[in-house]
Amino acid sequence: MTALRTRLAAWWRVATLPILAIVLALAIAAVIIVMSSVFTGAGFFPLLPLVAYGSLLAGAFGGGVAITNTLVAAAPLMLGGLAIGLGFKAGLFNIGVAGQFLAGAFAAAVVGARLAEAPVVLAVTASMFAGALAGAVLGAIPGFLKARTGAHEVVTTIMLNNAAALLLAWAVTDLVRAPGFTFPRTGDIGNAALPVLLGRNLHLGVPLAFIGVFVLRWLLDRTTLGFEIRTVGANPNAARYAGVSPLVIVTLTMALSGLLGGLAGAIQMLGVIGFYASGISAFVGFDSIAVALLGRTDPIGILFAALLFGAFRAGAPLMQIETDVPIEIIDIIQALIILFLAADLIVRRVFRVRSRPTDTPGATTVTRAWGKESVA
Amino acid sequence: MRGITKRFPGTLANDHIDLTVRRGEIHALLGENGAGKTTLMNILYGLVAPDEGEIVMDGSPVTIGDPADAIARGIGMVHQHFMLVPVLTVAENVMLGAEVMNGPVLLDRGEGARRIRALAEQLGFAIDPGARVEQLSVGQQQRVEIVKALYRRARILVLDEPTAVLTPQETDEIFTVLRRLRDEGTSIVFISHKLDEALRIADRITVIRRGTVMGERAPAATSEQELADLMVGRSVSLRVDRGVAHPGEVVLEVTGLRVKDDRGHETVRGLDLSVRAGQIVGVAGVAGNGQEELVEAIVGLRKPLAGRVTLRGQDCTGEPPRRIRDRGIGYVPADRQRYGLVLAFPLDDNCVLTEYQKPPYARGMIRDDRAIRARADELIAAYDVRTPGADVRAATLSGGNQQKLVVAREFGDDALLILDQPTRGIDVGSTEFIHRRAIAQRDAGTAVLLVSADLDEILELSDRILVIHRGRVVGDFDSASAERERIGLLMARGAA
Repeated sequence: MTALRTRLAAWWRVATLPILAIVLALAIAAVIIVMSSVFTGAGFFPLLPLVAYGSLLAGAFGGGVAITNTLVAAAPLMLGGLAIGLGFKAGLFNIGVAGQFLAGAFAAAVVGARLAEAPVVLAVTASMFAGALAGAVLGAIPGFLKARTGAHEVVTTIMLNNAAALLLAWAVTDLVRAPGFTFPRTGDIGNAALPVLLGRNLHLGVPLAFIGVFVLRWLLDRTTLGFEIRTVGANPNAARYAGVSPLVIVTLTMALSGLLGGLAGAIQMLGVIGFYASGISAFVGFDSIAVALLGRTDPIGILFAALLFGAFRAGAPLMQIETDVPIEIIDIIQALIILFLAADLIVRRVFRVRSRPTDTPGATTVTRAWGKESVA
Repeated sequence: MRGITKRFPGTLANDHIDLTVRRGEIHALLGENGAGKTTLMNILYGLVAPDEGEIVMDGSPVTIGDPADAIARGIGMVHQHFMLVPVLTVAENVMLGAEVMNGPVLLDRGEGARRIRALAEQLGFAIDPGARVEQLSVGQQQRVEIVKALYRRARILVLDEPTAVLTPQETDEIFTVLRRLRDEGTSIVFISHKLDEALRIADRITVIRRGTVMGERAPAATSEQELADLMVGRSVSLRVDRGVAHPGEVVLEVTGLRVKDDRGHETVRGLDLSVRAGQIVGVAGVAGNGQEELVEAIVGLRKPLAGRVTLRGQDCTGEPPRRIRDRGIGYVPADRQRYGLVLAFPLDDNCVLTEYQKPPYARGMIRDDRAIRARADELIAAYDVRTPGADVRAATLSGGNQQKLVVAREFGDDALLILDQPTRGIDVGSTEFIHRRAIAQRDAGTAVLLVSADLDEILELSDRILVIHRGRVVGDFDSASAERERIGLLMARGAA
């Protein structure tokens, strides 16, 4: 009983700040909702935010369709959040999830179109594998550059995001454009589409994302590789002293992180979008950063954060229909959450939470620069 | 200072401490690490506010809110880690914050330099106000710190562990300076945990332990033994009985080793040494003469330019750290927080940091938490690491206990044990413990390479002593023929 209580207490210590940040973000967004309704001439409705949040909730959780929509929206965010969370554990900030997501989506779409007539098991497995591999390759490049030369991964991944998006736009226009469409896109994926398990749209990718959470948690907590990743993240000098090669671990971690980002792209492609065209939404890449931060880089935290962000995405259309509060308010709420997490002093002040640096196991070194000499 | 009390969360750093320092005396403040010496002095210097108690100067109570207050009242402090800007000159450093101005904008460098020279002369040493601080030796930098305090008209000078980084000769020189200052009426608080120095320099000695004053003694009326017992709170033996070594075959052989440091300077320049089984070889030297690079090259953390390292006759030059370690090396690194431990991890993970991938701690890739925990509990008990449990983070332990944890992990049945500054910055009790264990390792047939900037430690433990100067071995003594003075000279100048 006491063991359970201490675990709950530990959990609460980690979760306090994210939960308070959400509360504060919703409160400020409420003010914005009321004000924007006044400024647009719709009138002064002080209770409008409550009504809007009510339909947001109904759109996200009110009934089977709503819940599957939430889960489907949450799945790629979960994988993307894990990608970034894994990087954080090794002290790496993989901003390249957006590019890895696109690369994964593209590779899955191309292989899927090729295998559209193949047996389902083969088509799905091969396309998913292609997506994961593409993401891993794209992630390994900045990882290797960081480990070998000290080039900061934030810079290299941001640049690679642009390179990937433009390269893929060219590829879909000139290399793999499917005939018979008025705009450049890949062919239909046919049998490579992820099987729908439940309702209208709950595809195989959703349970995969949940499994991913527990696999990653197991990897980090229970395996020697996870220990090496965490050691490199917490103290690269001690890692070298202990015989771990930061060169290998940094490259490998970035590859694994990219793999998760590519997988996020693959399930979104094979489960939702269906074909690659330049300009497909890559919001997952950036929202994943928010998910990872809100989840405090912990796999379980990321699971809940992804569900929340998925619920926002799934519920927002109903909110707009029923209350005329625009969907974009969701972006404002998400941005505020991140702002309050980054500047946690504000949250601590507002809610009088005392800072206890020694017992915040969720606190992680987000990123660290190091030079050549410590890795060579 | 009367009844000074300071509480930090979970600890009582100062518990009603009374300390009286008279004009023109050297007062040694003696205590183990974590005893509360530095907290007390930080209160005096205005860096920390006391919870209770008062500070009385010249008969009237004063409040010292910040270091500027302290300086204005004539209190100067020389920190253990010097607060100097390396790229500025001596004069610029001394004047920083108390500039002599020539008009509203321009510094009066000439006047500043003149005053600095005069101060140095008065203290009996020469100083070049135009020299850049980074070009000075550690001993010279310390004098700059002292001049800096006096330049601000300090009447009370606090020195925090001033001799930790000095050679025996430099220590003698600084003692001369301090005595001269005292004779001219300055009061000096000398913080230390070195007993012999306190006895040599102090007019009075106050011993504190766990935040309370254990006693005040006059050097003539006390002994090292009494002071040590007061500091530690139990009877400690200051001289570990080394017994007789029975050296066996050569375990480590280093020949013609050349290594560069991070900045590309060759700091190990053709070095030879060998260590036999059942023998402790001590490498004495002033910090920065290549010791760090030597050790890193042996354990594989740094690639040598040239030369050979052999372990039990097998060449292992330039192999990666893990392969060298697997040949049978235990290694206690100089910087436990930077290399030896992951402070953010719990003790149990730290206890297997260097063998986490081996059975029984891992089977294949899967870690075995129960085996890891059992190992941690075993090491904590065997090495008397003071901790509430194996699941607290290493960062929460005191320095001495952190070091004991590293030592516990690295001491085992390896053929070679490398100890780099094994007791730096830790208390007498833990030092005694670690020294005993090192000798037990030797007696069990381990070859021990001891690198230390603390000459006393080298003399106490080593069966053979090598003196390193500018990357070469310049002296080789067996323990019977080792003379403190000669070794000190070799350390400082490379020749005696």
